Amino acid sequence: MSGCDRRGFLGTAAAALAGAALAPGIRLIDLAGARAPEEPASDKVRWGMLVDTTKCATGCDDCVRACARENGLRDTGRPRTDAQWIRKIDLKDPRRGRQLSAPVMCQHCAHPPCVDVCPTGASFKRADGIVLVDKHTCIGCRYCVMACPYKARSFVHEDLAGQKPEVPRGKGTVEGCTLCVHRVDRGGGPACVEACDAAGHGALVFGDLNDPESAVAKRLRELPNRALRADLRLDPGVRYSGV
Amino acid sequence: MSAPPATSRWGWGNSGVKRRIALAGLVVAAIAVATWAVGASQVAKPVVAIEKPGECVEATEVMRREHMKFLAHQRDRTMREGVRTKAHSLAGCVDCHASSKTGSVLGAEGFCQSCHDYAGIKLDCFECHASQRATPAPGGRR
Repeated sequence: MSGCDRRGFLGTAAAALAGAALAPGIRLIDLAGARAPEEPASDKVRWGMLVDTTKCATGCDDCVRACARENGLRDTGRPRTDAQWIRKIDLKDPRRGRQLSAPVMCQHCAHPPCVDVCPTGASFKRADGIVLVDKHTCIGCRYCVMACPYKARSFVHEDLAGQKPEVPRGKGTVEGCTLCVHRVDRGGGPACVEACDAAGHGALVFGDLNDPESAVAKRLRELPNRALRADLRLDPGVRYSGV
Repeated sequence: MSAPPATSRWGWGNSGVKRRIALAGLVVAAIAVATWAVGASQVAKPVVAIEKPGECVEATEVMRREHMKFLAHQRDRTMREGVRTKAHSLAGCVDCHASSKTGSVLGAEGFCQSCHDYAGIKLDCFECHASQRATPAPGGRR
C-alpha cells in the first residue's frame, strides 16, 4: 500500500467515525463543537436564535423573567431607567386583526451599528457573532443606544449591588443581551430559551447558524422566517418566523 | 587683580553658615525618622488571612507584584475571546480568598480590601464584579 493510499484510507475512516452516531442524537462532531475553557471563541460558529411567533404566547413573559433572574437584573420600581435586556412586544395587524407576540432583544447583527459608532471599541462583536459591551472600556456615552434600531441597549443609571459573579454590571456603562454568553461558553444556551422550553412553548430555538445539522439551522430551513428591519441589511443572528 | 576665594560667591566660605545648615539638616532628618517611626506604628498592617492553605496559581512573590497584570490579561481574554479558565480569573481569586466569616474579599479585614487600603490604592473591580464567593452556577448543557 502506498503512503498516499494509506492516508486516503485513514481520512475516510476518520470521516466515517466522526459521522457515526455515538448515541441517538449525539455525534462525535457535536461533542467536538463544545469548546474547551482555554479555547477562544471561533468564527466557525455563528450563534443565533429563531423566534417562532406562532408558538409565542401572548401575556407570557417567562423569557423576560428568566433573563432578569439569570443576569441579576432587578426591578427598582422605576421602569423608565431600569435596564431592559429583553422585552415582549405585542403586534396587531389593524386591517386583518391578526395578533402576535414576540420577545425582542439584541439581534446580534453580523454588521452591528452599535460597534460602528462606539468611540472606544467597547462595543464589539465576538468571533462567534455575539455582540457584547466591554464595560472596562465603555465610557457610557450611549452612542450605541442611539444607533441600535432594535432599542436593545440599556444604560445603567444607578449604583448596583449583589451582581452575579458571571454577569458583572455597573453604573455608568451600557449593557444588553449577551445571549447568556457565560452559559454558551460552557456549552449551554440562553436562559430565555430554557424558560420558554420549560413553559412548554418552545418558541425559541438557539444554536449554531453555521452548522447545518443544528436544531436552529434545521428549523430555519423548514420555517419561513425573516430578520426584523431586514431593510437595514444588518444580518441579525436572531430571526423571526410568522411575522 | 587677585582671584576671589573659590566659594565666597555663594557664601559657602563662611564656616558659621555651614555649621547652621548642617544642624538644620540633622534636625529635619531626626523629625523625618521620628514621624516615620510613629506613623508606621499607627497604620495597621493589612490582614492577609490565608484560609485555604495550598498553592496559589503563581508564587506568592509573583502574585504580590504582578496580580493586576494577570487579572488585566485574563480580563481581556475572557471578555473578548470567551476564554474562561479559572487560573487568573477574578472569580477564581474571590472563590479562594473570600473570608469564611463574611464570604467576601471586601471589608476591613477582607483579603483584597485590607491590602489595597494599606497601599492607598482604589479597588474598582468590585463596583461591577461580585465580591462574594460564587455559589455553583446553574445552566444546563444544550
